Amino acid sequence: MGQDEFFFLLMGLKWTVALSAIGFVCGCVAGLGIALARTSGVPLVERITAGYIALFQGTPLLMQLFVVYYGLALVGIKVDAWAAVSVGLTLHASAYLGEIWRGAIEAVPRGQTEASKALALGYVSRMKDVVLPQALRISLPATIGFLVQLIKGTSLASIVGFTELTRAGNIISNQIFQPLTVFGIVGILYFVMCCPLTIYGAHLERKFAASVR
Amino acid sequence: MSDISTTKATADAMISMTGVAKWYGAFQALNDINISVRKGEKIVLCGPSGSGKSTLIRCINHLEAYQQGEIRVGGILLGHQAKSIDAVRREVGMVFQQFNLFPHLTVLQNCMLAPMRALGLGKAEAEGRARQLLERVKIAEQAEKYPAQLSGGQQQRVAIARALCMRPQVMLFDEPTSALDPEMVKEVLDTMIDLAREGMTMICVTHEMGFARQVADRVIFMASGAIVEEAPPAEFFSDPKHERTRKFLGEILGRH
Repeated sequence: MGQDEFFFLLMGLKWTVALSAIGFVCGCVAGLGIALARTSGVPLVERITAGYIALFQGTPLLMQLFVVYYGLALVGIKVDAWAAVSVGLTLHASAYLGEIWRGAIEAVPRGQTEASKALALGYVSRMKDVVLPQALRISLPATIGFLVQLIKGTSLASIVGFTELTRAGNIISNQIFQPLTVFGIVGILYFVMCCPLTIYGAHLERKFAASVR
Repeated sequence: MSDISTTKATADAMISMTGVAKWYGAFQALNDINISVRKGEKIVLCGPSGSGKSTLIRCINHLEAYQQGEIRVGGILLGHQAKSIDAVRREVGMVFQQFNLFPHLTVLQNCMLAPMRALGLGKAEAEGRARQLLERVKIAEQAEKYPAQLSGGQQQRVAIARALCMRPQVMLFDEPTSALDPEMVKEVLDTMIDLAREGMTMICVTHEMGFARQVADRVIFMASGAIVEEAPPAEFFSDPKHERTRKFLGEILGRH
């Protein structure tokens, strides 16, 4: 495998990183909304978001990407693969992060909410200043764990024709007929992205466990 | 909502509860509670566990919703709308059994948060107020520490200062010394006694009968969600009228 082929893989890697970043950042924003709705105390809102979460957790990511990609085209909205995959990953991430953060918000002791209510803090301040900073800390290891899943999940975008790292590997492999070398390198590139995150997540988990003792 | 039709007694009252009742499902937690607390009065609320005393004071700042009757604090009718709840909460400070300090904020930040967010104070003013009140509970030198670095007694004194930073008209204490090691009870009680001497209106749920004798204007005894007996401490301890009060005092004071 020559320099050009490797460069092509790095171009794919760039799109994998971009897709992961978009899915994660947009998923974080939407996921925060989901988590807040899920813990709002309004039964109807809580049930709707519970259904949303169940839907995305109960179906394969690949199917979700198909539905967004072909589904949008079917109802007349023509989007390119790039936009469709971004939307699909965002929806997927928002459901998972929403559920992770719901758990974290509920893990913050009730006394914290009660103390902030007794101090006449409104909902926004209660969440922004008291509950969410503590919930974020609790959820950090699981959030990083999900980010790792999401990075690997972007490989499914190759199936709807989006040239990220896995599809770049596929293309090169079909050209130079060295699948083992090519996918070995592709695997190493994924590993180099994910493994430090996993180690960092485990480090945070230990740190958190030590601080609550 | 008739604001004028209240009697003279309740009109003067800092806190008045009239016919207050609360249910958890079918279980009645509070039954026809009538209390009137004058400005500057100190009430000690006692009773066996599950008698509804915590529920009662948690209704006063609407941490628990009541279903029947009427509660007024400083003339404000406590309804179930956010506006009246917030108005009452700005006047009522609360100290909890488990301190409930914000662990991710320093002592100083704990004290500054609510005055800035709920009262709209500027940073400098909130900090000045916080340092002054931390001084008053004799813990000013710990201002930059986090709650976990303090002892239980110190944490509870910070919690008192944090509540006072809102300049409340009323302070509610929900078993403030029950979670403390015995050697730390005194520093918290001393802080509460100082506060009482300065004329704060206080309702304290506590089993510290020494505190009740020393500070309380009235002791109210509750059982099964109802007020059984209320009397000045001298009379309450020497001549309890009701059989349940005698039994409770016998158990808590260790005499039969």
